[in-house]
Amino acid sequence: MADTATIDAAFAGTLGSFSLDVAFEAPMQGITALFGPSGCGKTTILRCIAGLNRMAGTLRFGAETWQDDRAGAFRKPHKRPVGYVFQEASLFPHLSVRGNLLYGARRDSRRQAENGLGFDEVVALLGIGPLLERAPQALSGGERQRVAVGRALLSRPRLLLMDEPLSALDHPTREEIFPYLEALHETLSIPILYVSHDIGEVARLADRIVVLARGRKVTDGPVTEVLERLDLQPATGRFEAGVVLTARVVSHDDAFRMTHLDHHGQTIVTPMAEAAVGSEIRLRIRARDVVLATQRPSGISVRNILKGTVALIVEERETAFAEVLVDVGGAGVRARITRAALADLALRPDMPVFVLVKSVAFDRRALAGLQPPPADGEE
Amino acid sequence: MPDLADLWSPIRLTLALASVTTVVLILIGTPIAFWLARSKARWKEVVGAVVALPLVLPPTVLGFYLLVVLGPDGPGGWVAGLFGGRSLAFTFEGLVIGSVFYSMPFVVQPIRNAFEAIGERPLEVAVTLRASPWDAFWSVAVPLARPGFLTGAVLGFAHTVGEFGVVLMIGGNIPDETRVLSVAIYDYVETLQWGHAHILAGGMLVFSFVVILAMMLAGKRFGRPGL
Repeated sequence: MADTATIDAAFAGTLGSFSLDVAFEAPMQGITALFGPSGCGKTTILRCIAGLNRMAGTLRFGAETWQDDRAGAFRKPHKRPVGYVFQEASLFPHLSVRGNLLYGARRDSRRQAENGLGFDEVVALLGIGPLLERAPQALSGGERQRVAVGRALLSRPRLLLMDEPLSALDHPTREEIFPYLEALHETLSIPILYVSHDIGEVARLADRIVVLARGRKVTDGPVTEVLERLDLQPATGRFEAGVVLTARVVSHDDAFRMTHLDHHGQTIVTPMAEAAVGSEIRLRIRARDVVLATQRPSGISVRNILKGTVALIVEERETAFAEVLVDVGGAGVRARITRAALADLALRPDMPVFVLVKSVAFDRRALAGLQPPPADGEE
Repeated sequence: MPDLADLWSPIRLTLALASVTTVVLILIGTPIAFWLARSKARWKEVVGAVVALPLVLPPTVLGFYLLVVLGPDGPGGWVAGLFGGRSLAFTFEGLVIGSVFYSMPFVVQPIRNAFEAIGERPLEVAVTLRASPWDAFWSVAVPLARPGFLTGAVLGFAHTVGEFGVVLMIGGNIPDETRVLSVAIYDYVETLQWGHAHILAGGMLVFSFVVILAMMLAGKRFGRPGL
């Protein structure tokens, strides 16, 4: 009996100077990220799923077949119930914000509120109420992108496709939009395919990740598992390699503006996180911010000294570096150290080791709350 | 004193010719312009060159071939036969057909440029928002190409009003049928009726100036495809 609760995509063809041949599955809820460096084919795949590009392959959405070359089936793009958010908002300049938002809604009167979000709800979710009568040219980049997301949602899609929606924005604007995307994640019951080359975005937003490189799938799986894997260095990039831990907020320290979290019985302290006590948040720890010690240090500024066991060591021959995967309470933490240090400490698998992470390493980008932010105008 | 009633006929004919030609060209030129803007066919520029031919052809060459086509031995003659005539040459209808040919690049080119300036993205967005290709064309491409339509209409109209060589060859100089303004002025000069010539030419000058001025002012206000 075929499993009908997934999205199955397989495409093959030429892409610039190399060929693309990718097959993957995604669940019908949550955010699945298509991740890889520029030019790896992730945008092409997204466009094939939307029907904007046509490549040989098959595409099944649950029980529906949207493309099957052997059966000669190809559902036209305007008949696919997808919403697409482009990298540059691409709002219609000849319509107001309201006109843009309603463009898709007007054309799809059959499915009433299938994903449960009406006009007012979408406007509130994305905080675009004050912008409704403006012209797109009068909006900032972040506002335009939020309107673009709202417009895609109001066409009542059963699948939301987002193509690097934050890449064209500057850093402060990205930070401003993140809470809205996180709120989307919490509120929507439809699946989202999210294309990005930024591992930070993926770590914060995605549940599953499909890693692509040069037109091929490298691996896929739950985000936390995949990020722990050391062999993904070329794909994730040297400086941004890291892992994601989930921890529960235990208390806030108002005097020092810190938050104390519990991770499988060990305490992690970070700068104040905007999350309620008892809620779970994701912590992103970059490998290069992790220090290893064979003895518990004292008189040191580092606040987080976690106990763990060495799980895996990978030396990068011909370079100065090595990576160590340490098991901390069941979750993996990657540490990037020099081979010299590795030799000096004589680290071996199954050795107990202390994992040190500076609280400062948890910048605002690394702390992702799983609660939606308050909507604009709320107390 | 020149008889002003005589002057009305060329003016009326010219306005009728230019209006009908412009409307016809917008109707048939728009799909051609859209296709030229978006097609990826290899022979697209061949079609583009054919459309643009009147820009470089000497008017008498164009006039000659049009005479052949419109005449009794060409398709024009066959069409005329359906209505009891011998040929479409030297008729108002023949002038319209000729005008459509020689003014086509002036209408198609601005509209094509406007469609090209829009690019692929707005139409892709429309498609992802459930618009069929026909719907996307009317609700997105046409409004955004508005400056091109404006320019094309004005240029097509003005060029039709101004054409002389082709009109004379295929239309002759038949009062109330094919004696349009440009031909009438020529005729008055040839017959030394300077008074008539002054009035018509002066009127044309003022009219053209007003049209250009209005187009530039309107272009500022309506020419941009915004709100």
